[in-house]
Amino acid sequence: MARHRHAVATALLAALPLAALALFFVYPVAGMVGRGFVPDGRFEPGAVLEVLARPRVHRVLWFTLWSAAAGTLLSLVLGLPTAYALHRLRFPGRDLLRAVVVVPFVLPTVVVGVAFRQLIAPSGPLGGLGLDGSAVAIVAALAFFNVSVVVRTVGTFWESMDPRREEAAAALGATPWQVLRTVTLPALRPGIVSAASVVFLFCSTAFGVVLTMGGLRYANVETEIYLLTTQELDLTAAAALSVLQLLVVTGLLVLAARVRRSPPAARTARLLPRPRWTHAPVLLWTALTLVLLLAPLASLVAASLRRGEDWGLENYRALATTGADNALLVPVTEALVTSLEVALVAASLALLLGTVVAYLVSRPGGGRPRQLLDGVFMLPLGVSAVTVGFGFLVTLDRPPLDLRSSSLLVPVAQAMVALPLVVRTVAPVLRSVDDRQRQAAASLGAGPLRVLATVDVPAAWRALLAAAGFGFAVSLGEFGATSFLARDDDPTLPVVIYRLIGRPGAENFGMAMAASVVLAATTTAVMLAVQRLRGGSVGVL
Amino acid sequence: MRIRVRSLTLLTVGALTATLAACGSSGSSDDGAADPRTLTVVTHDSWAVPDDVLAAFTEQSGITVKVQPQGDAGQLTNKLVLTKDSPLADGVYGIDNTFGSRAVDEGVLAAYDADLPASAEQLRLPGGEDRLTPVDYSDVCVNVDDSWFEEEGKQPPQDLDDLTDPAYEDLFVTPGATTSSPGLAFLLTTVAAKGADWPDYWQALVDNGAKVTSGWSDAYEVDFTAGGGDGDRPIVLSYSSSPPFTVPEGGTEPTTSALLDTCFRQVEYAGVLAGAENPEGMQEFIDFMLGREFQQALPDNMYVYPVDADVALPQAWEQFAPAAEKPFAVEPAELDADREKWLREWRDIVTQ
Repeated sequence: MARHRHAVATALLAALPLAALALFFVYPVAGMVGRGFVPDGRFEPGAVLEVLARPRVHRVLWFTLWSAAAGTLLSLVLGLPTAYALHRLRFPGRDLLRAVVVVPFVLPTVVVGVAFRQLIAPSGPLGGLGLDGSAVAIVAALAFFNVSVVVRTVGTFWESMDPRREEAAAALGATPWQVLRTVTLPALRPGIVSAASVVFLFCSTAFGVVLTMGGLRYANVETEIYLLTTQELDLTAAAALSVLQLLVVTGLLVLAARVRRSPPAARTARLLPRPRWTHAPVLLWTALTLVLLLAPLASLVAASLRRGEDWGLENYRALATTGADNALLVPVTEALVTSLEVALVAASLALLLGTVVAYLVSRPGGGRPRQLLDGVFMLPLGVSAVTVGFGFLVTLDRPPLDLRSSSLLVPVAQAMVALPLVVRTVAPVLRSVDDRQRQAAASLGAGPLRVLATVDVPAAWRALLAAAGFGFAVSLGEFGATSFLARDDDPTLPVVIYRLIGRPGAENFGMAMAASVVLAATTTAVMLAVQRLRGGSVGVL
Repeated sequence: MRIRVRSLTLLTVGALTATLAACGSSGSSDDGAADPRTLTVVTHDSWAVPDDVLAAFTEQSGITVKVQPQGDAGQLTNKLVLTKDSPLADGVYGIDNTFGSRAVDEGVLAAYDADLPASAEQLRLPGGEDRLTPVDYSDVCVNVDDSWFEEEGKQPPQDLDDLTDPAYEDLFVTPGATTSSPGLAFLLTTVAAKGADWPDYWQALVDNGAKVTSGWSDAYEVDFTAGGGDGDRPIVLSYSSSPPFTVPEGGTEPTTSALLDTCFRQVEYAGVLAGAENPEGMQEFIDFMLGREFQQALPDNMYVYPVDADVALPQAWEQFAPAAEKPFAVEPAELDADREKWLREWRDIVTQ
């Protein structure tokens, strides 16, 4: 009986995040795809199938797959040694570096696009490489965004791995290479797979990067859906590609769920070692990676300090104004406040819903339905922001759900993006709580709420804060979904930056660069604060 | 145990109800659009009208205007088509002559015949005269960096044909037609100028090293020699109104100029949406947009020419940003019929 009741309570608890997902993701996407399948009041699945036979669609699909695979591979190659250096070694400035690594991930693509192109355009410092507009530039930019995902996810695994097994192998005569191959890599495999699958997801749905870096020579499924929907109004073709995208993403998630495990809970209390000369190769590789990550950011800072031929803080002083010839409706400082407010609401929403999901998926037992729940909440990461954004417009348009012009829509959309990250940060920690502790508390007479308050919350509060911080940072930089939604006169910082870049005049361009630096600095500060709070790192992306 | 389970259940139900209630209330608060004192207008992203101009309208009419930018002209139009059964707003500003016929044919707009200044008559959209009111226009033209050509001791190009001349190899950059409004305008320039041979012209452009970027800002700010960065291409697709922005500090003349024989005229319109809750308010606002105060604010804030020729341009514009005498144009009916076909062909030439 009590068991039955428990199941009912669980189902009710799951209803809240599921209702949110259904309302703000499934319903809009279904509405948009439905329009493609039923073009003129008649159901025509044949037309959708015909789209899939177009040669152009094959080219687009092929480019999506190989660019995402290459981007994932490059992120791993750059990220794995960096994960080791930043999570298995102890040296001054390490925490700052860990925060810096995350910055690219949360910067809006418009900013990164311009910063990157200033480096590799023929007239830039790396112009000699001839990368501008090439597929190599796209892959490099994809890696730039996603190295942080690898570093954080794999780093967490590495940090919690018991070094004594490696030491034992070495003591038995294994060479360092053998230790890496036979002990370290197998133990890291779940972390690497988890990171690779998330990175692949991000790469295959990259949008701004492909448009800006590829100079239109390349198209992936995401940019194709954008063009078909916003420019050509070919909803049938867009629906075909959306369904294709959904299938690929679901397949990927199923695959990843089979291999993924949470990081081992056991952790050694030992202090991490300081670097020795044997670590020189790994440190060099890390330094190289950091240079690659910092170069575009440095070019951004340099551009922000320039106004035409002069150098100075002019652009920063201008942030309190509306730009040359009133380029903006509100000064940048005001947009920053709006951004912070929106991020606060979005992070709270993501935290509330994400914690519920994390709580449910981390209950012992459960098996398949729990895995399913976990996977379902990853879906928003893999579906075109255009489809979701336009879906909002065509579905949430009538009372009682007339939300199109509601000021809540932007934070809600951002919360849906941040939610999977919250789940991935909190769930592993809850999973690592020994269930016998809960049973002991319950047998001593504590009810479920009391158990939650005395066992789970104390174990997870750092992870909760970390998740909130991460959600906050993601929301600060979010541009894709925000730009497709109805916006009021209160634009967020990324929207304002996009607007400044799009206007003539050195003053506006300089301001855009300065505002981007402010955004990057705010993000770094948030991530640094999170790092301090969590005292070490827990959780997986 | 039983009580605890129930309390958990109650908590969940409570939270759910609260969420739904929050949704409901935010929904109903938007019903304020029925109020004749507020007016919602969707626009393109380039909307930039100073607060005091809008305040003047509020003072004169008692109506508060709520502006919602919705993407570029193409996105804006397509969003309106998708939501025509349940319109996003009362009115629209920013549909241009490259997308206007789609909006008209799809029945997105209600009729309104505003009193136009005489100079605006010729800017009406053929076939959509009673739906769309011209408010402003701009000329999308090839711009050249004169100081670069002077330093190199070369003659700058003059017209479209020069751009395919090997003397100007690798010097031209343009935003793409599929991702940018000025890019689409330039494609239409070539369609109007070259007729059925336009694909050959584009092939020649590409063979001569023309670079295609995704947006205007990429082309102008990164690749153009006189833009924000240190670009290396002295020929760029921009507007006839761009040169005044390149007057160097302390200088009196711009370092760039527009080639007025390469221009396409983009006209921007305002209209009342079919099924609007406050159509009278939008009609009043359209009249205000044609009035002196609004027209005067256009050049400095949105970099476009007012349709009312009697409104004085800023001095720098008078001197350095004349509009084209004979801009290229494409018939709206032809444009609407072939837009997608042209874009597809263009994409195949540029992205191969």
